[in-house]
Amino acid sequence: MTRSTSFNGRIAAGAFALAAIAFLVGGAFAGLLVEATGDWRGALAAFDPYLVRVARFTLWQALLSTVLSVIPAIFVARALARHPRFFGRSFILQLFAVPLALPAIVAALGVLALYGRAGYFAPVFSALAQDRWPGIYGLSGILVAHVFFNLPLAARLLLAALENIPTNQWRLSAQLGMGARASFRFIEWPVLRAALPGVAGLVFMLCATSFTIVLTLGGGPRATTLEVAIYQALRFDFDPARAIALTLTQVALTALIVAAMGRLGASVTGDASLPASPRRALFPGNSEKLANAAIILTALAFVAGPMLATVLAGLQSELSRLAQEAAFLAALRTSLIFSASSAALCLLLSIALVMARRALEIRRGGGSIGPFEQMTDTGAMLVLIVPPIIIGAGWFILLRHLGDVFAFAPMMVITVNAVMAMPFTVRVLRPAHDAASARHEKLCLALGIGGWNRVRLVDWPSLRGPAGTAFAFAMALSLGDLGVIALFGSDQVQTLPYLLLQRMSSYRTADAAGLALFLGLLCMVLMFLAGRWGKERA
Amino acid sequence: MRMKTILPLLIFGLAAGMLPAAAQEKLTIYTYESFTADWGPGPKVEEAFEAECGCDLEFISVADGVALLNRVRLEGENTKADIVLGLDTNLIHDAKETGLFVPHDVDLGRIDVPGGYEDDVFVPYDYGYFAFVYDTEAVSAPPASLKELVESDSDLKIAIQDPRTSTPGLGLLLWMKAVYGGEAATAWAKLEDKVLTVTPGWSESYGLFTSGEAPMVLSYTTSPAYHRIAEDSERYKAAAFEEGHYLQIEVAAKTATGAGNPLADQFLSFMTGPGFQDVIPETNWMFPAGQTSQPLNPVFGDLVQPARALLFTPEEVAANRKAWVDEWLAVMSQ
Repeated sequence: MTRSTSFNGRIAAGAFALAAIAFLVGGAFAGLLVEATGDWRGALAAFDPYLVRVARFTLWQALLSTVLSVIPAIFVARALARHPRFFGRSFILQLFAVPLALPAIVAALGVLALYGRAGYFAPVFSALAQDRWPGIYGLSGILVAHVFFNLPLAARLLLAALENIPTNQWRLSAQLGMGARASFRFIEWPVLRAALPGVAGLVFMLCATSFTIVLTLGGGPRATTLEVAIYQALRFDFDPARAIALTLTQVALTALIVAAMGRLGASVTGDASLPASPRRALFPGNSEKLANAAIILTALAFVAGPMLATVLAGLQSELSRLAQEAAFLAALRTSLIFSASSAALCLLLSIALVMARRALEIRRGGGSIGPFEQMTDTGAMLVLIVPPIIIGAGWFILLRHLGDVFAFAPMMVITVNAVMAMPFTVRVLRPAHDAASARHEKLCLALGIGGWNRVRLVDWPSLRGPAGTAFAFAMALSLGDLGVIALFGSDQVQTLPYLLLQRMSSYRTADAAGLALFLGLLCMVLMFLAGRWGKERA
Repeated sequence: MRMKTILPLLIFGLAAGMLPAAAQEKLTIYTYESFTADWGPGPKVEEAFEAECGCDLEFISVADGVALLNRVRLEGENTKADIVLGLDTNLIHDAKETGLFVPHDVDLGRIDVPGGYEDDVFVPYDYGYFAFVYDTEAVSAPPASLKELVESDSDLKIAIQDPRTSTPGLGLLLWMKAVYGGEAATAWAKLEDKVLTVTPGWSESYGLFTSGEAPMVLSYTTSPAYHRIAEDSERYKAAAFEEGHYLQIEVAAKTATGAGNPLADQFLSFMTGPGFQDVIPETNWMFPAGQTSQPLNPVFGDLVQPARALLFTPEEVAANRKAWVDEWLAVMSQ
């Protein structure tokens, strides 16, 4: 087997994955364009001064949220990486995945239960300010909620990058007597710097498209994102032309910022040496231990606080009745089937994309990055910026002539959730895959291992752990999302969050709190199983 | 008729001929989710109507009234719906513009909604008044009028909904307009200090309210009835406003598809009678628009009785909605 064919297979797989994403998004746009027969002048008229302010606010709050989430996440990830045996570490990591699966309103209520006008901390704040605490509405509320969602996410993704530092580097740093500062500078920072643009870009996109959090905690229409305007255009005004124009604006603006972030990063050349020793040699000093413990515990308190409030609210509901309800059991089943299917699809597409990117990188040697490679990297992430409601509506229009559209609803939900989770799973998989590739590429060439055998014998063993995590991540994400069918609804897709929102919208807030508790628990169990599965045989 | 359409008809005809027992007549109704939920009116209505017609009634539900209209609009003439149930008067104008709905044959004499009702296409099935609901443990002296709420110096906080994304949100916008007219913008500027937050939908606001974060919330006069009947709690009450309360009327109509189905007319007429109306108050938590077989639960009699029902016509709403929402936005986003 020649060198080029060994790459071609991987690149073709990546191209296929990209084509699938492009098809999903392009199809939706095509569908909306069919419907947007009329008023393009009206669509352009939508760009009034108010909308310019909205766009500015969207980017500004997203940028602040990103900085406030990612910078602390660096320290949290590093502290966790340097203390592999920190008490309760795997529990903390499981907990860090829970915000992903929580519907935004549950998280918002959790945050407000602490820092709201009537929150647990309100008496303290009132005493400090010597005035009635007004609650954290406004930019501060938006930022707190976004950090609650994204700090744990960023910390986990950065930790995944740090854990790919070969053991011998840690050993070497210990032998050279490097302190915390030196090892950060020479060992951790290069890896973090490579991972940061991707992670920051991801967080930025999540915050830029935030909707419920921004409206509810922002305190009023002063705090509005483009996503709200898109939703309004499509749902209330049913103006596909304006919805498309706004979506393209959102994609363009965000792509610009994410590209700028990419320039801040650096790519590192992987370490080709094989990991010789299984255990990390880390000997942090006492003061560092203390500092790291403080960092981890502070982050934990920040993330666990709103979750604890959610749990307390959930415990007040009739949990045992809820757990026995037929509606709950059916929703649980639907949720598990949907999220497992979309996670599996997501994993396949992500692995294809990660392999293709790496193959392209090796093939070009030291040359500059081509547009295709760029697409396999950050390009595919931009799908996060396309509101699910747009994808749902566009495909609805396309499929309506093919019979009962709602027969397609489960397929739509699964596919869209799979694609929407890819930016996350790619971040989890890529560091491990690229590191392994750096070690094995030459060996595989020399031994002539390629194709399926290579995937099975060489790539999979090093991908297995991260793949488990990625799968659980994707499942957690799909558990929480229902945006695709928000516009049309369908009785076939009654998942847990669907049931939760349904209860909330008919006075049954206690039931909703109980369901949020179950949703969080389910997410913890998923992460736990993923951790166990990744460790076996790894 | 082209071959393409004849063939399926032929096959269908054959199949129907071979299986006479399975060829039960069927009525398809599109509605919103909370209507078909286990605790909603859907299951009971289905049972009652099926007993009457000896047919099969199928509900298909989407998120809410707005989504309902969008779905029918997208399906166009191919819609499976015979009847669409769950739009409100603010959507009637847009719905008529689609040309997908046809006049009904129902005698509206049995319909009783405040201010009277006339329409040849849409038949009302229930109504409710928007109201500010307060927590008696947090508010001792609720405002007695919209003007008092807007103009007083109290530190009362309210949670309301965004008129761009929510039906009650639009309701409050219209309420303010009905009371203040040309002065609505000034009034909103005053009210803004009391607005704790503006949520995208009713459930978020109500969640803030029941969790104790907001002492008062924009909801319906019937909300306290839920807490009294289902939870046996008198903690939440609606504030009666002197100027009157804005009205929401929920309606149903027959589609062009349903025009060919005799069950559609039968259902619309059934909808105005006790078989349907008895179910509404304690499942949809709205007032019945038609006759019930028994008086309502006395709890409904204890609710706020608005001095006046405020309502703009569908045409007024359609003509002004954009301008009024923009006016609200300009004030609230300063």
